[in-house]
Amino acid sequence: METFITSLTVFVLAMWVGFEVITKVPPILHTPLTSGSNAVSGITVLGAMVVLGSMATGLTGTLGFLAVVFATINVVGGFMVTHRMLAMFKRK
Amino acid sequence: MNGWINLTYLIAATLFIVAFKYLAHPRTAVKGNLLGALGMAIAIGAALFEKPITERFASGGPINYTLIFAGIAVGTVIGAIMALKVQMTAMPQMVGLLNGFGGAASLLVGGAELHQSLAQGHAIAPFGQTIIATALSGLIGAVTFWGSFIAFAKLQEIKGFDKPWSFNGQQPLNALLASVTVALCIWQAAVPESVAAYWLIVLVASVLGVLLTVPIGGADMPVVICLLNSYSGLAAAATGFVIDNNCLIISGSLVGASGIILSQIMCKAMNRSLVNVLFGVGAGGGPKVAAGDVYAKVKGASAEEIAILFDSARKVVIVPGYGLAVAQAQHAVRDLANLLQARGCEVLYAIHPVAGRMPGHMNVLLAEANVPYDQMKEMDEINPQFAETDVAVVIGANDVVNPLARTDPKSPIAGMPILNVDQARTVVIIKRSLSPGFAGIPNPLFAADNALMYYGDGKKAIMELMTAVKEL
Repeated sequence: METFITSLTVFVLAMWVGFEVITKVPPILHTPLTSGSNAVSGITVLGAMVVLGSMATGLTGTLGFLAVVFATINVVGGFMVTHRMLAMFKRK
Repeated sequence: MNGWINLTYLIAATLFIVAFKYLAHPRTAVKGNLLGALGMAIAIGAALFEKPITERFASGGPINYTLIFAGIAVGTVIGAIMALKVQMTAMPQMVGLLNGFGGAASLLVGGAELHQSLAQGHAIAPFGQTIIATALSGLIGAVTFWGSFIAFAKLQEIKGFDKPWSFNGQQPLNALLASVTVALCIWQAAVPESVAAYWLIVLVASVLGVLLTVPIGGADMPVVICLLNSYSGLAAAATGFVIDNNCLIISGSLVGASGIILSQIMCKAMNRSLVNVLFGVGAGGGPKVAAGDVYAKVKGASAEEIAILFDSARKVVIVPGYGLAVAQAQHAVRDLANLLQARGCEVLYAIHPVAGRMPGHMNVLLAEANVPYDQMKEMDEINPQFAETDVAVVIGANDVVNPLARTDPKSPIAGMPILNVDQARTVVIIKRSLSPGFAGIPNPLFAADNALMYYGDGKKAIMELMTAVKEL
């Protein structure tokens, strides 16, 4: 229960930080915001690495490997495509 | 060691927040994205030293690092190819796919963690944080993966998916499936060692993910993309609760918040409620107006007449719709804008929030055509300026400039925020025909006293106008 409340506190506060910061992103950058936040959601790769790295059975190893691959696609694809888009935004 | 790893995770999470903060301006956005990538890199670096991995390595399992690096390498290659190959017009599909992979990763980690705990003989407390979060990872992850897959198929216009698909009893079936999922989650929470419960949750949630997305129409896809983005964040946060990792919880909730905000903005701009979009309720309704009556006074114009208007104009506002981008006419439009600017005219672009197929899509497409971002104006900024605009040029947009939204409370688009182009001195509408937009209603703007129609295909029409201006 104790750890859950701590985690929940972090979750709720981070949600508020998210609302505050993201409402300030102008509509002109909403597509890069979506793809960039997508890359951040690939943070699951941390959990995937731990599962794969400590695999107890062949099954958990397989699930972990797939998870690492999927999450890394998310991370690398997300940040790279965001960079590609943002680099096109130029001033006169 | 554990303390150091968590400290590094905290730095990574902080970098993500700073990254989003820097996205507040195009000038700092590139740096923001790079800081986000840096945060991710150091978090991954720190994760390599996590105790379960190092212990396993010490007890004679060197293969585990090889597998981790192999997985990262495979993912990097696939992700990089996708990011470099994708066309800017296909960005919504790309984001849809990435959302799906994020969801899949969460459901796989949730499942693997469960199997792992059982294999290692760890007891999981019934109705504890770990098991409830595991069930939620599977649920949200599966809905996200399949929902994104269907959204991708729709946006890619793959045959069979391109039309909204609905059948009798769809809502009751969805409600039933949702109840079954909740029941399965309760079963999982009560009997943590049941892996069957987990994979059943994944199975039923997968069906639910498909059924929730298939009835949603093409015009509503921007909302769906934002929602799935939000889900992929919440799935990551749920996984964070499973493995008790604050970095996942913080990052996941940031993304969750981002998706929710964007869904709200899109719904407001389309005059739809989230509930209507989610349950595939059409925008239709309202009295049908005969197009013939509305369009009785429509005036056409020649390229020369419009060129003369441009010649005396001091301020021109271009209103692009998605059709412009599909026709790859954004380069021609930019050339026309450059030509007018060279003649001393101010040219701005007015961008409606739902122009394009995802939030901000039109801005990316214009940026690709080298339109400077300080000329792209959002709705609230440009609307007060139309009164002092000499010529507004509408290309490939219809419903978002329909004054009925302001004037007719019975119209299906009543109350929808629109670009007030009708307040400009002259409105030039470049269109192939008088066919209606998504809302299926006639647009009285086309017949207004200050409106001129120029019939033609976007790109070709703009080239004709350019030639006419040069010949003046």
